Amino acid sequence: MQDPTRRGEMSLLIYGTISSIILALYTIGFSLVYGISGVANFAHGALFILSGFTAWSFMNYAGLPFFLAGLLSVVITGLFGFVLYWGLLLRVRGIALAELIVTFAAGVAMLELLTWRGFYGIRYSLPLFMRGGVEIGEVAVDYQRLFVMGAGFVLVILLWLFVHHTRIGLAFRGMAQNERTALSVGIESDWIGALSLAFGSALAAVAAMVVLPLGVMESSIGYEVLIYALAVAIVGGLESTPGMIVGSFIIGFGQVAAAKYIGAKWMIIVPLAAIVLVLVVRPSGMFGKFKELEERV
Amino acid sequence: MAEAGITYRKKRLDRGIKARAETIFAISSYREILYLLLPRVLPVIGLLVLPLVLKGYWGKVLIYACMYGLLALSWDFLSSCGLFSLGQALFFGAGAYLAGTLNYYLHLPPLITLPIASVGGGLLCALLLSPVVRLRGVYFAMVTLMLPILFMKMIETTGLMGGSHGLSALAPFPNEWVGSYLAVVGFLVCLFVFRRIIHQDYGLILRAIRDDDRAVMSAGINIYWRKIQALFLAGAVGAFAGAFMTHHYQFVGMSVFALDYSILPVAAAALGGAGTFAGAALGSVILVPLSEALRALGGLRIAIYCGILVVSIIGLPEGIFHYLERKYHQFERVVEVE
Repeated sequence: MQDPTRRGEMSLLIYGTISSIILALYTIGFSLVYGISGVANFAHGALFILSGFTAWSFMNYAGLPFFLAGLLSVVITGLFGFVLYWGLLLRVRGIALAELIVTFAAGVAMLELLTWRGFYGIRYSLPLFMRGGVEIGEVAVDYQRLFVMGAGFVLVILLWLFVHHTRIGLAFRGMAQNERTALSVGIESDWIGALSLAFGSALAAVAAMVVLPLGVMESSIGYEVLIYALAVAIVGGLESTPGMIVGSFIIGFGQVAAAKYIGAKWMIIVPLAAIVLVLVVRPSGMFGKFKELEERV
Repeated sequence: MAEAGITYRKKRLDRGIKARAETIFAISSYREILYLLLPRVLPVIGLLVLPLVLKGYWGKVLIYACMYGLLALSWDFLSSCGLFSLGQALFFGAGAYLAGTLNYYLHLPPLITLPIASVGGGLLCALLLSPVVRLRGVYFAMVTLMLPILFMKMIETTGLMGGSHGLSALAPFPNEWVGSYLAVVGFLVCLFVFRRIIHQDYGLILRAIRDDDRAVMSAGINIYWRKIQALFLAGAVGAFAGAFMTHHYQFVGMSVFALDYSILPVAAAALGGAGTFAGAALGSVILVPLSEALRALGGLRIAIYCGILVVSIIGLPEGIFHYLERKYHQFERVVEVE
């Protein structure tokens, strides 16, 4: 005999974890870029979906296998991020709001161009890595979602290793702490800033390769990704990695719980409610430090 | 470049009419009076005459230009107290839906719904954004960007207020003239009122909040309350634009929260030059007809606004208005470099 409550709790746990990890994947590139160069990359969502369409085009026009196409699109998106920084952002460097307008406008332009080129509809979808599924504690989960979970963990660990054990990672951390001091010990901030945006874009592309096969690709997903990334970042605190993870778990579980107990149509309120609650209780974000408090409040 | 000879440079001199400050002038002849009055009076007369001249399609474009202009003014007002909004569509949509529901369910005529929707929309926006006035800069921009999109999704999924079909068959304005003159006069009044407010003591506090909010706090002024007041004013102006467009289209739907209404005001203010209101107005008067001319391109329009936005931020960061103003107030002549 199945116990319906227990099964419900189990599915809440599993699907909550999965959607939290998807949110973390959305956010990871955004929060990396903000942490290092202080640029709030509002083109993040656009880069995310752009990489999906790049991979799709490689598969359908050049006939490449998914793995290769995905790899290529990650590299191309990374280069694109680099060019975005070097070509546009460098000219307005240091003026936070001009940076924001430029990235936002570039992102919206990309998304609208994609829509205009006719990139929507059922035929635009990426293949699953693995078909089939498994039952965990009476809850059916498909392999792709498990793969997403694994990929999320691996990506966070790899990023941590990269940032803490390589020369570029050290430069990243140096610049995140204090740009001028970093400059005085020979870390070129323009170069590292451009690299950070390239990395952030590549991370967005990796997330896209992992998450997009779960559904149909549309350019409106770009806005959704941006919004969730912003919500998680505000709840967690922009540049802190633990904050990002906790923030994505709060919103992820909140959404799944809202869908389950109140109704799916109220899911969309959760990020907003989370932001307002966190701001009322702790204005500097869950993991906000004093420095952060000064910047945002 | 080691050429021998005389090199020249441009020398700029302020015209002597300015005395001590930006807004105080020493006038000694009717030509100087005209010099000061013409740039202010000519656009006003022009805008008041235009509805008589433009008919049909371009008359509608004039109305759009005024409404987008109002949104741009409201953006500029918020930005002069340090609140950087990417969600003008929230104000616009709040006003549009308020006017729409009042007219659809209670059958109130437009001339009653317009004021109610403006004030109500302003209150609603100030209330909605009051928890986040503690944020500033990028963080505030993030929240304002999210709100209209969330509202759109909420209306779509909950089916409130007509859901994805919207409310149609709303009351139009009594006649064409009321509509177009309401738009033009509203736009001009808002422009001059905002310019006046921002140059008074009240506006000084708002500008000080933008420049250094801690200093204002230490002067014993409650900056959050001031920011909420600014939000109310800007929200009411945006809501007026929304309510006006509701009656103009005789329809209100989810599209009032669309990105157009957030992007175009920012683009207009960036193109015209932020901080003077005249710049934002000029920007929207340039951009809106341009975008109507580009209407054939369909969805590409937003991409083009974004292109203009990027180019104007990088290429002419001060904006057209500041550039023109400088040229107008200064002599330029070529002098030898000694």
